[in-house]
Order: sequence, then C-alpha cells, then structure tokens
Amino acid sequence: MKRIFPTHPIEEAVVENPWHKLRSFTDARIGLGRAGVSVPTKHLLAFQLAHAQAIDAVHSPLNIDGLTASFAEQDWSMEHTPIRLHSQAENRATYLQRPDWGRRLHRTSIERLQEHSSSRSEPYDLAIVIVDGLSAFAIEENTVPFLNELLPRLQDDATPWSIAPLCIVEQGRVAIGDPIGEILNARCVIVLVGERPGLSSPDSMGLYLTWAPKAGLTDAYRNCISNIRLAGLNHHDAARKAYYLLSEARTKKLSGVQLKDRTDDSVLEHDNEQHNFLVSQTK
Amino acid sequence: MTNASSKFRFRHTVGERTFGFQSLTELMAKATPARSGDRLAGVAADTAEERAIAQMTLADVPLKLFLEEVVVPYEDDEITRLIIDEHDKSAFAPISHLTVGGLRDWLLSDLATPTTLHAIRAGVTPEMAAAVSKIMRNQDLILVAKKCHVKTAFRNTIGLPGHLSTRLQPNHPTDDLTGIAASILDGLMYANGDAVIGINPATDNVAQACRLMKMMDDVIQHYEIPTQSCVLTHVTNTIECIEQGAPVDLVFQSIGGTQATNDSFGFNLATLAEAQDAALSLKRGTVGNNVMYFETGQGSALSANAHHNVDQQTCEARAYAVARKFNPLLVNTVVGFIGPEYLYDGKEITRAGLEDHFCAKLLGLPMGCDVCYTNHAQADQNDMDNLMTLLAVSGCTFIMGIPGSDDIMLNYQTTSFHDAMYVRQALGLNPSPEFDQWLKHTRIFQDDQFTLNHKIPGAFEHSLNRLLGGA
Repeated sequence: MKRIFPTHPIEEAVVENPWHKLRSFTDARIGLGRAGVSVPTKHLLAFQLAHAQAIDAVHSPLNIDGLTASFAEQDWSMEHTPIRLHSQAENRATYLQRPDWGRRLHRTSIERLQEHSSSRSEPYDLAIVIVDGLSAFAIEENTVPFLNELLPRLQDDATPWSIAPLCIVEQGRVAIGDPIGEILNARCVIVLVGERPGLSSPDSMGLYLTWAPKAGLTDAYRNCISNIRLAGLNHHDAARKAYYLLSEARTKKLSGVQLKDRTDDSVLEHDNEQHNFLVSQTK
Repeated sequence: MTNASSKFRFRHTVGERTFGFQSLTELMAKATPARSGDRLAGVAADTAEERAIAQMTLADVPLKLFLEEVVVPYEDDEITRLIIDEHDKSAFAPISHLTVGGLRDWLLSDLATPTTLHAIRAGVTPEMAAAVSKIMRNQDLILVAKKCHVKTAFRNTIGLPGHLSTRLQPNHPTDDLTGIAASILDGLMYANGDAVIGINPATDNVAQACRLMKMMDDVIQHYEIPTQSCVLTHVTNTIECIEQGAPVDLVFQSIGGTQATNDSFGFNLATLAEAQDAALSLKRGTVGNNVMYFETGQGSALSANAHHNVDQQTCEARAYAVARKFNPLLVNTVVGFIGPEYLYDGKEITRAGLEDHFCAKLLGLPMGCDVCYTNHAQADQNDMDNLMTLLAVSGCTFIMGIPGSDDIMLNYQTTSFHDAMYVRQALGLNPSPEFDQWLKHTRIFQDDQFTLNHKIPGAFEHSLNRLLGGA
C-alpha cells in the first residue's frame, strides 16, 4: 500500500518563544509564540474568553436580592434594610451614552431618601453607597468581604461612626454618591463602584470618598482607592487605606486633593536598584 | 426646521421644505456622521434627514468663508488665532475658488497629486479639512490620505510610502523594570518599535519619568537600535527631566483643539515651544530633528467642557493646528480609548479613525492611530482588524504594538505586535528603512527576508539567559 503521509518528522506550525518564561515577571501577554505571524489558536481563544468575561461584567445587572440577603447574614448586619435607588439612566445602553444621567438620582429615589431622612434629626457620620457602575460583578464579588474588613474598624473606633442605612444604586456613576449623602444628612460618603473592566480584571472595585457631600462636586473633592479585588489591592489592605482616609477626612474636615494618602510612603524608593536585564552586565 | 426665518445663516430647500442653520458651527455639527459624543453635547442633527440636508448645505459653503467665520472666537482662543494668523494665502490660492463640495471633487481628482497636496497644506485650515471630511465616504478618506505623504525623522525615517511603523508600548501597572524590559524584548523580537518605544508611566512624576527614560536609553544604546524613546508624562515634567540631564528623545503631550481644553490639560502654546526648544538643544536626533510626540482624540474638548458647542470631530481637527506648529515626529489619535459616550461602537470608532487620519494627513501631519477600544464600548478585535487594515491601506504612519493586544496598565485593548506583522505581510509594508536594516543585521529577520527568525538572536539570548539562569 502506498504511503500517503511523509515519513520525515512533522514540522510544528506554531513557533514557540523561549522568552515566554518571562511571564513570571509580568502579567503582559508576552511570549505567545506565533502561527506564521499570527497569534496561536490557544492564545486567541484565551483572549476571547477574557473579553467575553469583561463584556458580561459590563452588561450583567446587579443581583440586588442576592447582595441584600448576603448583607443580612453578616455580623455587622444593620437594623435598617438597604435602600434601593436608581439613577436617571433607564437602562444600560442609555447609561453608557449618558454619563450625566448616571450621576443624577431618579425622582422616586430622591423621594425615598427624603422620606428616610425626614424621620431623623441627627446627622450620620457616614453613608455607604454601593453602585453597579461598569461592573456589577465587581460589586457582587468585593462588597461583602470589603465591608467585613471595614465596618468592624469603624464600629471599634474610639469615636464610633454612626452609619446610615446602606444604599444600593442601579445604573449609577461615582458622583451619584454626593446627592445621596447630602439628602441623608451624612458628614461623609463613600461610594463603592464597579470599575471599567480590564481584560484581565473584570472584577475590579473602586472606592470614592467625599467629605461634606453635596450634588455638583467635581473629582477634585474626592479621594479614590482603585483596583480593589482579590488579585489586586486585597480587601484587608483596601479597608486599611479606606479607614486611614476616613479618619483623616474626619479630623481635617475635608477630602480630595488636599487629603493625601500616605499609607504607602514607607514602601517608596524600594526598587531603585531594580535590574533591567536587557542591559545589566552583572547578576 | 421648516419655516426658516431670517435668523438662519444657512438655508437649504428640498421640495416645499426649507431647512435652516444658524451658524457655521451648527451646520458643521449637524453635517457630522452620527456619533454619541455629539448627541451627548446636544449638537447632533435631530434626524437622519436633517444630517443629509446639512451635508448638502455644507457642500455649498465656499472655502473662503472659513477664513471669515470662525467656530471659536478669535479673541478668546489662541488656537483660533494660530489658525487665522498663520494661514498661508499663496498655498491656499489653487483651491481658494472652491466650495467644500468642490474641494472633495478636487481632492479625489488627478489634479491632487502628492506634490500638489503638499503645496496646498499650509492653505488648508483644520475647519476646512473637517468640513470636507464630513461629506466624504470612508473610501474617499482612504484614497486621499494615501496621496498625502508626510515624512519625519529623528533616529530613523518615518512615513515613507510603502512603510508602516509601530510604537512599542511596554506599559506595566507598577512600572516594574523587569516587566517593562520583558515587553520591550517581546516587541523587538516581533519587529516592533520603529516609531518609538513609548511608556505611559503608572506613577506620573519627574523622578519616575527620568528612571524610565534612562532605562529605555540604555536599551537603545546597548543594542544600537535606530529608534527613539518617550515617556508619556506631562510636558512640564519632561522640561524638568531635561533640566535634570535625563536622556529625552521625544517630548510628549496630549493636546486638544481649543485653548480651554489645553488649559484643562495644564499647558499652552508657549509651554510647547519651550519644551521643543529644550529637546532640540540636546541634539539627540541623528537623521532628523522632529522631537515632539502628540496624542489627540475626538471627545477631549467636550470631556473638559471646553468645546464651545463645536462638534467633536472639528475640535479634533483644530488640535492638528497645534500639532503642526511644532513639527512633530509622530501624532497619534487614540481613537477608541475615550469610551462609548463619545464613540459608541465599532462603526463610530472606525469612522472617527479614518476621519482623523485623513484630516491630519491633509494638514501635513505624521498621523498614526491607536486602533483601540475599551470593554464598555460595543467593539471587539474584529472591529480593530478592520480599522487597522483600512488605515494601513490609507498609508497610516504608525500603529501601536503591545503584547497580545492587552494593555495591563491602562486597561484597554489596542493592536498587538502580531497585528503589526499581519498588516505588514498582508499589504507588503515595511518598517522604517534604518530599523529594517537593523532587524536584518541583528537577525530578528532571517536570511535578509521579511520573515521572523525561528531562533532568538544571540545578543538577546545572552541577556535572557542571564536573567533566567540558562546556558
């Protein structure tokens, strides 16, 4: 019988890159190898999965019932159930094109907040606003473990913080925390918001703090802690930073550009001797 | 818009209906192909019909009117003053009799050769370029841009016909030097980096910028790479870096098309002039003296609330007046980075990329494009493949190159090292000549052919082994 396959060794279509081992030094997608000049199938499909997860994070609605049920199970569970709110952006498509609407409360939400605040004369020390933002997934993954780290610190503070009922906002952007804090008569507001998902980080949560919140403030009045997630800034460290900023804001009665996060000062300058292996003559 | 009264500056009648537009600014905005940023600003056409009528009306506007009626007041805006005061009347003469519609025909005709297009450059204002682009189809934008040749040089020559350069973008979320070096190696092995090796620093201050400049300069000198480096930090930081003796090749700045936008970015024309002088004084270029690198993008003026009700594409074109004042080596429109509130989906991003490239080339700029998208835009890799290919056909100066399309610092997707190789192979485009020679000399390209070596070249293998503890 005639042989139809060649007898010589089969040549690989994919050329591997020996420097793929450098992946241990960076999350960048280096050393993928190539099929011709193109990305090999394995890496093409891995990329598409990462993009699919990021897209789903943007478009999936926040599971509010699940989140609320989970809050009720925690040690710090509050007497008041969370207040559910909505921005002026009706749906995701509108939300993505009209950031201005995502910053403003829907009329019925304003009434709900006013109803609550009218029954109380004392200001709150803090309002905590949970916002879907660009990744509901990030909120579902990070809110409970983060609050588990933060709330005990606030409750155990020498001057314990009085905290308003948690607010949960759909189709919201960062600045929506300010009118909420204002209506609730809170001295300070923190907003937990799903950040724009990166390809390798669909679950990243941001925290924004405003002292003396009121509608219409700009970013210059806010402090931000970014990239809160298990593989980024972990919940313990994020809560430590947040507690530091909250304490400083309370002492100085301000937030934003005049309030600096100095929790990292001790680790600056540690890597001046770091090596550029492409040119180093030693090591 | 029926029953047009005398308040309308421009009118157009179709059948029994008359459409009116109160100003050139309004007419330009309403003639713009649909995009979310103009809707957000409230300046877009209300209906598809109104847009088509606005395009017809705009086509009848004489080019001379753009020299008399400005979209941002002359008294309030140094960019308007730059556009008007430095307009070259003799360069304008060959097209001065034309309307916007007539200019489209002229650009597409055999009258418009690379030579004549070069000759009229200084006579074209950004608003004229923007206006004509609004009534051009994508293929028109491609064909005319291809005829506009813009050559620049620093340590290599960029923009020659039949060439496509890339910016190697080795960003890292903590500016880790080993991580950055790993991405630089990856890019060089895939023949990327002839436009510039350019880092967006995660920590944006003078000390960090100096550290990254030194690092890239070491690599360029060690391997004798005919390319240039840039840290994309604020222009005032770069001026300080130069004062501190850092090895600055290119000065970077993001620029916008209104003075108020640039105020919000913290610079003005005088700042750029000072930076250009400082960089030129270093005399680091070997084959040319283009020392500036600018980035632009539709939507920046609106984002800064500094758009004067001018549509975002016209604002973008005005930024090119700023760029061409300073003879840049590279200009880059970061088209899909700003998000879906300005460019909603792949279709809008594609259109904007082609418009920006065309307008910049017509005005004489070395335009490249960050063909990109964010994860909250309605776009994917296929949209990027399309735009990248269209731009390469139209003679785009450079695109970005990043490992696997994933910028792990800025969290968006742009073109990969592989993508650049794809488009060069598909269209027969070469890297800049000096860089091409280096690729062959170092045997990144094998056998003097435009194919990648299966093996890692010796010099780089040595460095790699040093780190990984190999042979």
